[in-house]
Amino acid sequence: MNAHVLPESATTVDSWTVAGRTFTSRLIVGTGKYKDYATNAAAAKAAGAQIVTVAVRRVNLTDPTQPLLVDYVKPDEFTYLPNTAGCFTGEEAVRTLRLAREAGGWDLVKLEVLSDPKTLYPDMEETLRALKLLVSEGFQVMVYCSDDPVYARKLEEAGAAAIMPLGAPIGSGLGIQNRVNIRLIVEQAKVPVLVDAGVGTASDAAIGMELGCDGILMNTAIAEAKDPILMARAMKHAVMAGRDAYLAGRMARRMYADPSSPLAGLI
Amino acid sequence: MRLSVNGEERGFEGVSTVQDLVSALGLDVRKVAVERNLEIVPRSTYGTAALADGDQIEIVTFIGGG
Repeated sequence: MNAHVLPESATTVDSWTVAGRTFTSRLIVGTGKYKDYATNAAAAKAAGAQIVTVAVRRVNLTDPTQPLLVDYVKPDEFTYLPNTAGCFTGEEAVRTLRLAREAGGWDLVKLEVLSDPKTLYPDMEETLRALKLLVSEGFQVMVYCSDDPVYARKLEEAGAAAIMPLGAPIGSGLGIQNRVNIRLIVEQAKVPVLVDAGVGTASDAAIGMELGCDGILMNTAIAEAKDPILMARAMKHAVMAGRDAYLAGRMARRMYADPSSPLAGLI
Repeated sequence: MRLSVNGEERGFEGVSTVQDLVSALGLDVRKVAVERNLEIVPRSTYGTAALADGDQIEIVTFIGGG
């Protein structure tokens, strides 16, 4: 074998598919909290993202000339994933996403039904009910959820297009708090699993990917970095590194040292 | 005609359809979605979707979010 040719596993294009759409980037980025839409667009590009989450809100009637997200983060360059942030009931979520579908003309959406404003923890009972409403209306739903493997299974059975457990509370940057649960969810799921929320820095994203997740969704970790564009690039590399490490299969852990240089032939 | 637009009561002159309203507000129809009395108004019907006094209208767009 020619030593200069990489084995097939290192050259094959790695991709994942959600609701029949295939993507090569495993990093989904949010579009909130940036100082302006131009920075936002530059960060999304630096992240290599193909999907961006967006929110649906009332237009500004007092100044209709204000800049719009769609003029910077363009829907022909990124797949928009409209969210239901700010919704606390299934009905609010359904109403919001019907409007999103009309505004954007697509049915791939992110459901999040929150409970407590302090923790922004998802209300899983209401999330599951909202999911069923949305699925019955033909939406393809990626679901933000707690890291509870039992609820994750219920969501999948109810027709979720992807399961998106939190690593830690939204915007906390605490990193993945319960790796065991994320791994359990990954092992049982037949739909894509993405860590959504809680990533603070690049190593957090890599850990999520090393656990076998199909992707990572983040917003604050990039938007609130001192240099969002540089952090976006770091996240791109972290997700790719974590993915490769997962595919490569890590070495076994040992209690004690094992020399890297052979002991035989010592002088 | 009196309409409630995004929670705000306003009077409009010479507005009879959703298309008229969106234009009167200076908005780009391709970048918004409209709800009339909790029902989605499909964009293809803006020109014919008649408005009535007292209608509750919501006009939304995409903004940054996580």
